[in-house]
Amino acid sequence: MIALPPYADLLGLRRDGERDGMPVLAMAFGRQVLGRPGFLHGGAISGLLEMAAFAALRTALGEEGEVRIKPVNITVDFMRGGRELPTQAVGHVSRLGKRIANVEAIAWQENPDVPIAAARMNMLLVRG
Amino acid sequence: MSDSDHFSSAIQAGGFEPTQLVEMARMHGHSGKIGIRYDGHGEDWVELSFDWHEKLVGDPATATIASGPIITLMDMASSLSIWVRSGRYIPQVTLDLRVDYLRPARPHHTVHGRCECYRMTRSIAFVRGQAHDGDPQDPLAHVAGTFMFLDDPA
Repeated sequence: MIALPPYADLLGLRRDGERDGMPVLAMAFGRQVLGRPGFLHGGAISGLLEMAAFAALRTALGEEGEVRIKPVNITVDFMRGGRELPTQAVGHVSRLGKRIANVEAIAWQENPDVPIAAARMNMLLVRG
Repeated sequence: MSDSDHFSSAIQAGGFEPTQLVEMARMHGHSGKIGIRYDGHGEDWVELSFDWHEKLVGDPATATIASGPIITLMDMASSLSIWVRSGRYIPQVTLDLRVDYLRPARPHHTVHGRCECYRMTRSIAFVRGQAHDGDPQDPLAHVAGTFMFLDDPA
């Protein structure tokens, strides 16, 4: 079980099962994630995607508990406006190297095949 | 007044005045939850900031804040920089935002983010910016983003 940090609580994130072996995170709708009226804040969506990417990488690292993860960068594509609905996200580790991991994440509402946003991250791994 | 009415009045008060919009957002949505406030603006840039707080922590071992609040800060400063450059509110959406995390933000330090809109076409606005936690010469994040207008700017 991977612990979520305080920032995940601020976003109202909770675990919501898994897809393809990776943890799904769910973000409830509420004022704490609202941007312009009627839509989610892009920053809240990005925060959710980042947490899903971290959770996927932690899962992929498995027993290697001593690895520190440092985010190098993130690129977020916003595909659809996030409406006043719960949002889910899951990460996928596309490459797990010795020093760098490439991780992707998608976020959706209602239908996983209709993503509202996607992120790519490069993460630096510091072992030992 | 509904949120929507507050939003409309904040953006229609003659030209574009970011102060009121940020103050309104402080009381409502996600940026308010993070504690984002207005620092200043120029012809094509806006600077916002937020204080370190334990609820923003992403790594409890080091008390470093998560990167999510930094994205929120820069996304908002980016949007506002487009409206101050154009002098009016134009409905827009973020197409993409890239953030390079140059170093961790130091615990207990206020994070400042300044973004500028350096190019605007009929459909797209291009923005860039940096965040720091005290010394602008020692940035902690660099941002590049593109936004799409929902209506063509005049």
